[in-house]
Amino acid sequence: MVGRILGSVAIAATLVAGGWSGARAEEIRIGSVVSSTGPASLLGDPQKRTLEMLVEDINAKGGIKGNKLKLVLYDDGGDANAARTFATRLAEEDKVAVVIGGSTTGTTMAMAPVFEDAEIPFMSFAGAIQVIKPVRKWVFKTPHTDLMACEKIFTDLNARKLSKVAFLSGTDGFGKSMRDQCVAAAPKFGIEVVHEETYGPRDADMTPQLTNIKNKAGVQAIIIPGIGQGPAIGVRNYKQLAIAVPLYVSHGVASKEFIALAGEGAEGVRLPAAALLLGEKLAADDPQRPVVLDYTKAYEKKTGQPVSGFGGFAYDGFMIVAEAMKRAPSNKPAAIRDEIEKTKGFVGVDGIYNMSPQDHMGLDLSGFRMVEIRKGDWVAVP
Amino acid sequence: MLNRMLRSRYLPAFLMLAAMLALPYVLPSTYYLRVASMVFVFALAAMGLNLLLGLAGQVSLGHAGFMGVGAYAVAIGPTHLGVPAIPSALAGVALSCLLAYLMGRPILKLKGYYLAVATLGCGLLISMVLTNEAQWTGGPDGMGVPRLVLFDAPVRGVQTWYYVCGVALVIGMVLAINLTFSPTGRALRAIRDSEVAARVVGIDVARQKLFVFVLSAAYAAVAGSLLAFVNGHITPDSTSGFLRSIELITMVVLGGTGAVLGPVAGAAILVILPQALTVFHDYEHMILGLVMMACMIALRQGLVPALTARFRERTA
Amino acid sequence: MRASAMTTELLQFTFSGLTVGAVYASVALGFTLIYNASHVVNLAQGEFVMLGAMSTVFLAAAGLPLPVAMILAVLISMVAGLALHRFAIAPARGADPIALIIITIGASIFLRGLAQIVFDKRFHSLPPWFGAEPIVIGGAAVLPQSLVVLAGMLVVLVGLWLFMTRTLFGRAILAASNNPMAATLVGINVPVIVAATFLISSLLGAVVGILVTPITLTSYDAGTILALKGFAAVMLGGIGNPPGAVLGGLLLGLAESFGAGLISSQYKDAIAFVILLAVLLLRPRGLLGGAALERV
Repeated sequence: MVGRILGSVAIAATLVAGGWSGARAEEIRIGSVVSSTGPASLLGDPQKRTLEMLVEDINAKGGIKGNKLKLVLYDDGGDANAARTFATRLAEEDKVAVVIGGSTTGTTMAMAPVFEDAEIPFMSFAGAIQVIKPVRKWVFKTPHTDLMACEKIFTDLNARKLSKVAFLSGTDGFGKSMRDQCVAAAPKFGIEVVHEETYGPRDADMTPQLTNIKNKAGVQAIIIPGIGQGPAIGVRNYKQLAIAVPLYVSHGVASKEFIALAGEGAEGVRLPAAALLLGEKLAADDPQRPVVLDYTKAYEKKTGQPVSGFGGFAYDGFMIVAEAMKRAPSNKPAAIRDEIEKTKGFVGVDGIYNMSPQDHMGLDLSGFRMVEIRKGDWVAVP
Repeated sequence: MLNRMLRSRYLPAFLMLAAMLALPYVLPSTYYLRVASMVFVFALAAMGLNLLLGLAGQVSLGHAGFMGVGAYAVAIGPTHLGVPAIPSALAGVALSCLLAYLMGRPILKLKGYYLAVATLGCGLLISMVLTNEAQWTGGPDGMGVPRLVLFDAPVRGVQTWYYVCGVALVIGMVLAINLTFSPTGRALRAIRDSEVAARVVGIDVARQKLFVFVLSAAYAAVAGSLLAFVNGHITPDSTSGFLRSIELITMVVLGGTGAVLGPVAGAAILVILPQALTVFHDYEHMILGLVMMACMIALRQGLVPALTARFRERTA
Repeated sequence: MRASAMTTELLQFTFSGLTVGAVYASVALGFTLIYNASHVVNLAQGEFVMLGAMSTVFLAAAGLPLPVAMILAVLISMVAGLALHRFAIAPARGADPIALIIITIGASIFLRGLAQIVFDKRFHSLPPWFGAEPIVIGGAAVLPQSLVVLAGMLVVLVGLWLFMTRTLFGRAILAASNNPMAATLVGINVPVIVAATFLISSLLGAVVGILVTPITLTSYDAGTILALKGFAAVMLGGIGNPPGAVLGGLLLGLAESFGAGLISSQYKDAIAFVILLAVLLLRPRGLLGGAALERV
């Protein structure tokens, strides 16, 4: 009986799928799997909105080389298992030409083998370096690696002549990955990690951890790698305990609303940030200024929400793919892949991308700027 | 012959086997085989839980923890310890059983919601270790699972794993049916109905409960190992998380506790529904919640028992 | 000198634990009320907290004065509580407890799904009532809002106790939870009582959500973890016992903060659960749970 149920479900699903796959010749299918709900929805939601906005926009302008785009987007809820199933669906059922998405490193790594096998280019929004190292032929990514954020922070610490740091890192994928990269890179910069604490992604109070850091002799700076509410609460508690040493948060603090959430404690906090965060504050001759302002205006008009760095990953990812599709001789996955790899000098909101067969991200440290929060706004630190 | 099969206690297993063999001819692409494999894997884990809940009346809200042990065994064994995949899987099942034994001995004395929260705690502990001990497990982003190599040939392809998972499920079903009709099964049912009465008739209640708890952990570990092989990359949340445990218990209850096909039906609903609901985009969670509520209100014993009862009524 | 630094540290952990624990305690109290009247463990209780907080944020953002937004938000949460009872719990009357739990899980998925559409998926805060400048007590820094939360908790407890013992309706709830059959015989309308407990629980949840959001922030999916912790708190204290729920919540919060401060922040939730397990092994019905009663 269950067999019958399964069978009829399958038949029904086939009918629906058949309706979908009756593709018109001029339609290019772009697949996406993002975590627009669940614990990573802070990342996935702006990515989903960005992709929908960009596809709509391009189609309104007549598509790419006259071909309309069709976005097939699934929500994996942050579950690597669901991501894998949707990846198979994109490859097998939806027959997409290219995939943009994968909000977290976990979901990205679960999907990558599917697209490697199916030979479909996959542009991920995951931070961790393992996505592109070793290089996988079909896998690319747009965000800076966590290592770059660490290096940016450590360079700033060196300039301020501070060397002993304490970490308060999130136990989620982002916080954990960045913490690992930072601790590994610290000796190169003469930085000593003297104390480590963690927080859970849903913790509402971190005063015990910060009390320990405060009482630890010799701590000269605190670093909070993490995303979402964690760093905001950490900064509030840092203020509450009147801790005097400088505080750094990470590029996971991706949106201006962080300043409001973190409250007065945010004053003087520093972070490595992409140009997107600075917006109007970018110098008039900054090459990224036009693209940052365009995206920010369009996104805020479309969604009524402040622009977020995570959405920026999706913007860069989509635009790199769109440019590659314009250059590609055909709409075949392989042709698109080859052109993505040839991306040179693409100015995105996260930096200027120069990809190569050895580098499937194509960003260098110049994409990050050190910013400080002053009077409720970002200020670039020279 | 057919008549004997229809009356056989193994009928559900026959049906499952037939469905498993027939489906590849009906399903149009490997995507559907992947979805079906997921149904098999989660049905297997839920089936173990059903022995615990449906047969013995004991609840566990931490069963995904045992899935996590099975899953990480086949990832860690080959990656870090140089142990081949199959022995790793067996070790994972053994470890899972050992953990269940050590945890079960004290906590199975607890009743009802107290047992629920204690098992929930045990599941969280396992999940937390898998998340935090990153040098072994890769941390929250998870780790890759080396491809299974049998006789020098890597086992790959959605289709192969579909059959492996399906056969595992059928074997699991046969074992579950045997247990149900064995003296142990009768003892467990007696415990479910009344522990005091069971004790009075001479049943070693603690021992029987511990046995079925360990057995259900073994089911979960096997399911976890299969999940890891099928996916090739595992994360703590997707194998052992609290929400996964809740999902397993929901599968058992939706499908119907006690019925052998119940977990299969429950797993089918919770695996297939999210795939079907993608057409509703942002509304999919609301609809999923509504379907769950409606199912439980309309068919309060669960899908399979309620439907079989109706079927019997009509044919009687 | 060292000793006083130590005292300050412990005091700081205590305040942290009490603040977080007060949230768990109030969720636990909501569980207990509904459980007592209907033997339903309502895993959607966390969603009431979220609804109160998120509705206030969005109504205030829409231009309503904050107090009006708060009152409306509490009403919204109460409507949700009543609807949950009317459309999901009442029709399933007589079903297995486990089936009822699955219904409340379905309800929480539904409410979360609704919230992500009506509200958004970002984090939000509310302004603290008496500023963000911490008060220093014995060297430990306490946010004024923490005191508001603790005071609010106390008011709720006393109010609830008075309501339960001094009003006819409250006593009817008590009677119905002690013995529904006898209550029916003396003319108490048990379904109405159960509905009332859903109403009170959702009110309680919303109030707590509004009180703590200035400290904890909120988002559409804040309810899940609260339900989990609240459930653990209920069992720690002993199910069905309101003082037990409060005690369980506070202890759980303290276990987490002392665990994080003194042992390991990475395993603080594990420490809290190990303590819970240890308590249950010594007292299988929780700290304040009644004597074991077993049907034969």
